[in-house]
Amino acid sequence: MNYKMIIYSVCRIVMAVGATMIIPLLLSIFYGEGITLSYVIPIAVSLLFGAAVYIKPPKNKSMYAREGSVIVALAWIIISLIGALPFYISRAIPGFVNCLFETVSGFTTTGSSILLDIEAMPKSLLFWRSFTHWLGGMGVLVFVMTIFSSKDTRTSYMMRAEMPGPMVGKLASKWKFTVRILYRIYIALTVLETIFLMLGGMPLFDSLVHAFGTAGTGGFGIKNSSVAFYDSAYIDYVISIFMILFGMNFTVFYLILARKLALIKENNELKWYLVIIAAATLIITFNTLPIYKSFSETFRHSFFQVSSIITTTGYSTADFTRWPMLSQIILLMLMFIGGCAGSTGGGIKVIRIVILAKIAGNSIKNSASPRSVFSVKSDGKQLEAAVLKGIMTYLVIYMIVFALSMILVSLDNKDFTTTSTAVLTAISNVGPGLGEIGPAGNFAGFSALSKIVLSIDMLAGRLELYPILILFSPHTWKR
Amino acid sequence: MNIVVVGGGKVGAKLVEDFNNEGYDVVLIDIKSAVCEKIQDEFDVMCICGSGTDVETLEAARIQKTDLFISVTDNDEFNALCAVMAKKLGAERCVARVRNREYSRQLDFMRVALGIDLIVNPEYGTAGEISRILRFPEAIKTETFAKGRIELIEISVDAENALCDKAIYEIYKRFKIKILICAVQRGGEVYIPNGDFIIRGGDKLHITASHHDIALFMREIGIIKKKVRTSILIGGGRISFYLAELLLESGIKVKIIEQNIDRCQELAEYLPKADIVCGDGSDRNVLEEEGIDSVDSIVTLTGIDEENMIISMYAGTRNVDKIVTKVNRVSFAGLMESTGEYSIVTPKNITANIIMRYARAMKSAADTEMITLYRIVNDKVEAMEFVVNKQSDFTSVPLSEMKIKKNVLIAAIARRGKTILPDGASTLEVGDTVVVVTTHHLTSLRDILA
Repeated sequence: MNYKMIIYSVCRIVMAVGATMIIPLLLSIFYGEGITLSYVIPIAVSLLFGAAVYIKPPKNKSMYAREGSVIVALAWIIISLIGALPFYISRAIPGFVNCLFETVSGFTTTGSSILLDIEAMPKSLLFWRSFTHWLGGMGVLVFVMTIFSSKDTRTSYMMRAEMPGPMVGKLASKWKFTVRILYRIYIALTVLETIFLMLGGMPLFDSLVHAFGTAGTGGFGIKNSSVAFYDSAYIDYVISIFMILFGMNFTVFYLILARKLALIKENNELKWYLVIIAAATLIITFNTLPIYKSFSETFRHSFFQVSSIITTTGYSTADFTRWPMLSQIILLMLMFIGGCAGSTGGGIKVIRIVILAKIAGNSIKNSASPRSVFSVKSDGKQLEAAVLKGIMTYLVIYMIVFALSMILVSLDNKDFTTTSTAVLTAISNVGPGLGEIGPAGNFAGFSALSKIVLSIDMLAGRLELYPILILFSPHTWKR
Repeated sequence: MNIVVVGGGKVGAKLVEDFNNEGYDVVLIDIKSAVCEKIQDEFDVMCICGSGTDVETLEAARIQKTDLFISVTDNDEFNALCAVMAKKLGAERCVARVRNREYSRQLDFMRVALGIDLIVNPEYGTAGEISRILRFPEAIKTETFAKGRIELIEISVDAENALCDKAIYEIYKRFKIKILICAVQRGGEVYIPNGDFIIRGGDKLHITASHHDIALFMREIGIIKKKVRTSILIGGGRISFYLAELLLESGIKVKIIEQNIDRCQELAEYLPKADIVCGDGSDRNVLEEEGIDSVDSIVTLTGIDEENMIISMYAGTRNVDKIVTKVNRVSFAGLMESTGEYSIVTPKNITANIIMRYARAMKSAADTEMITLYRIVNDKVEAMEFVVNKQSDFTSVPLSEMKIKKNVLIAAIARRGKTILPDGASTLEVGDTVVVVTTHHLTSLRDILA
């Protein structure tokens, strides 16, 4: 283990993220909230981290898979700790564990909150809360890479630990350029959504904050009743469509810009993603028809909730815990599935589900005719045995983490629905669950232990399990 | 510059590493996903898993915008086909590795007929380098510039040598021979020395001068080896074949020891003047029987690094004058080089050098043209040769008035058949061939200016 390189890289990331707190600092001065110090202290702390880097950069810059994963995991934990400081110092959220939970939920783009009265929060803190979604959505490391054009060649190991999906593709030959392309698309879509929301009569601040929440597929609102507050069909549809866009693989946008539309048609994952959304919306619309006044209102709420849950955003316009059981179960399934690989969404990812289904289908056929040979293809390409094995192991580990977390959270003695969906919503980075933690409820009722367990689950889910699990493995720390 | 490399083997990986280090945009195409994954993990390049003859794969590698396309898979015909296809799809320049003996005589024809810009034969290049080493046994390595008029040699200085503990200006004053010490390797470090630099025992010196002056200098400092007249080559692969041809041409007697009887037959057919022995070159008895004690030089060219190294070390104990070892893995090469007793050749580096030179020459400005590029001291130092084609702001200006970068040394100037070792008053003129030694990456002579 190259500890010096780990410290160096982590410090650099922490410094860059800390520097972004200047934006809420300026906002807080602008609004005259009198909590300037709450930002100045964490900014100073992260600059100290940065100073450590410039005093002594490591001579040996070698880095392998182990270092890469550890850097990513540690960086995410430390930025969460520093990101929680403004909430703690300003006393806007009582208790450090609560502040940490809220910040982890922000960076991992989960959107689960422990706040009882969101509207009472200072505006700059609300901004920071949503801004963590935006930073965390595309990835913190990715963010740092665009700022520093480092010459380190072995960044692949870090990027793979942070980018979602079973296979990591580059859009350009260098990471630097790949990351720039991705960020340009990300910023452009965010700006576009802000403009569309403002056209619907939403104030600038609200539009921006909701665009951040959608872009990162996070879901922190600034109103107690989330998006339902605005009660506008236009706003609902704009947010729904942008949630679906941000849940797609960003390569798709790149292919559109590069005018390679033929390749998009071949994209298996995208096809299934849209099919699942359409099917789920239809079923839920008919299932919830008796609750609402008109078909159009039913469709609007079903579509919004489906897009919000499958992309793991977590905004809500309706309290789906009051919906019929069929609709709730379908939403539960969507929480498992999640968005596409290479998007800002969480969950197991559509591509993994599609491939797992194919493997399962082949196994069934094989048991009927043991001599037949099948191949699993995706986007017309044969998938290697190693990739298939990786996807299956991923599901197994996912379930193990799920089970262990459920045991720990069950110590709080909540009902089954609340306990299980709390863990699911954390690992999948969705936000709301069912039962007590539905759109109308929140996570304030959990014990400190559960909040820490759920925070770890959120990080594990965002980083696709391995980096966080590696931290707990004694093997990693052996020399 | 956008570069596409097909084939991630030894040479391919080396090219990817070098081009990536110089900041070019590199795409690697390889059919094996394991190779792609390994390279993508190690270097910041894009890897595409697919065939270099597949149009879709080539288009995914943005072949239309490619400046240099290099095909270095292990199959000659495949490489040629890749290059032709890439050219038709819009790649600016194409390089293919072709190494079969049957093709080696018709490379010029193939180049024109297929429209491939550069055909590299690594085995032939390696054989050329070994033959230069054997023709100048005092040096560990020799490279030539200006059509052979200027040489760059590497010698190692042991503790008893007359040069030890002397500053470089003292050496110049004492011997009064026109030579220039342009780089000194000490341990893992390399220095571009000035006059006050003091030589120590164990250093390796890189010297430029004309052939005549170097020979004179070597005699003066007491490094004398007798001329190589006989040579044993262990292993009968392609390099052996080309090397035997070259050595026989220059009148050196050659004996090839090869294990495979069919290959021996083939060699005997094509090389009637050489002695072909069928036997195990790593067997002590075979070596003794074939005259290891009386031969001037031995070249180990088997396919296994370890075998080559061990045979060379054994030959060292039997006082063979000149030992050349082929080592594919660079990390191993360092192990042997540190002793300074053996000359090491690494075919993949030689190939990479040829292609790298081509790439740099492509980029170089019109007023100066890069002719040769050698990379010495584990690629830390580059020695290159430029021709000044046009009048420009740095021609006819005394060197002392130019602002030249640190660690750049103008090692020699060849003007109208004469070799000039430059001082502050020297100037660069149109038509000059200039040899520059530096730790920077230069693409044009203008780059020496700070």
